[in-house]
Amino acid sequence: MEQRVSLKRTSLYVSGSSPANIIEAVFYNQDCIVYDLEDSVPTSEKDAARLIVYNALRHQRPAEKYVIIRVNGIYSEFIDEDLEAAVRARPDALRIPKVESAKEVQSISAKMAAIERQAGIEVGSIELWCNIESYLGILNALEIATADSRVVALALGAEDYTASMKAQRTKKGLEMFYARNALLMACRAAGVDAIDMVFSDINDLEGLREDVALARNLGFDGKTAIHPRQIDIINSYFTPSKKEIDYALRVLAAVEEGKRLNKGAVALDGSMIDKPVELRALTTIAQARAAGIKIGGENHAG
Amino acid sequence: MQLKHPAVAGTLESSDVQVTIHPNNGMGLDIRIESIVKAQFGDAILETVREVLAAFGVTDASVQINDKGALDWVIRARMQAAICRGVERSFDWEGEGV
Repeated sequence: MEQRVSLKRTSLYVSGSSPANIIEAVFYNQDCIVYDLEDSVPTSEKDAARLIVYNALRHQRPAEKYVIIRVNGIYSEFIDEDLEAAVRARPDALRIPKVESAKEVQSISAKMAAIERQAGIEVGSIELWCNIESYLGILNALEIATADSRVVALALGAEDYTASMKAQRTKKGLEMFYARNALLMACRAAGVDAIDMVFSDINDLEGLREDVALARNLGFDGKTAIHPRQIDIINSYFTPSKKEIDYALRVLAAVEEGKRLNKGAVALDGSMIDKPVELRALTTIAQARAAGIKIGGENHAG
Repeated sequence: MQLKHPAVAGTLESSDVQVTIHPNNGMGLDIRIESIVKAQFGDAILETVREVLAAFGVTDASVQINDKGALDWVIRARMQAAICRGVERSFDWEGEGV
């Protein structure tokens, strides 16, 4: 499956229980909307939330957003019907909570394939984001990230992870430092995106800034938001620097030149440019455009 | 399809709709709509309600719609949830709508 370039700077959770929030969510600047069937939906409302999310996407799918549905846990009683509803809603991706092994990813992917086939959806076209929220998930992050071609991102969940570690959750997040790096390394090795954990205090925007700055410096591609007011701050930190944009443009120029000369492989500054490097360059340019930066030769803000 | 018992879906929050359905055996459909936008959208709401009932093959039901400005797809989703609850069946995902 050809990987697509898509911005993942911000993903905002919206509850499948709240039509008002679902309608509002379209108007914010987040790159990804995560329609939630899990934690934000009470057990007695799981059936109704599936129908709300399914109908929302079938009848009024937001244009220009990367659409994700978070289903209930792999071992919950809800998972099979969640997959039926979520796959048939035809989102860009499903987000699976608390993934701990490659086998779990493969079992979900196989169930998705059966539904895709039955519904006439291209098999494998719906991507997977795996939430990593336990020590076992961190220990197995690389096998999870490489378990299936659907996996395009790993997303860190701090609350359950710290609970699994018997750690105390703090605002500075030192207890998450290892997990953040371990998840990032797995993502880089697998060539998938790394999505940072939520910053829970929605009233502490200064704390959020510090937290996003750290995430960005560590290497994350984006961060999950739990409140609309967090979106613009997070986006601003995932805007590429001039140096990054220049490098991306040089990569793309080299790729173009290679195509023109019919060369199979191209190099830049002595290093081979492979597909992931090209994709990363395209993503950098897309991030810059999304932030309104004019890219060389363009006379309009993208 | 026969309703087994009364069922409710949805809330009275803004942009939502609360659907209450009761079995109405042998008495056909009785649909009552209360809506903050009834003057503009009453007919459209009624059409959606009838369409969902027909898709499920529900011919006898008393339906109370309490609409707080819900979009069409919200009404559709709440109707589907109420009927599924009333007939004690899961939504037929393979049929995608029935």
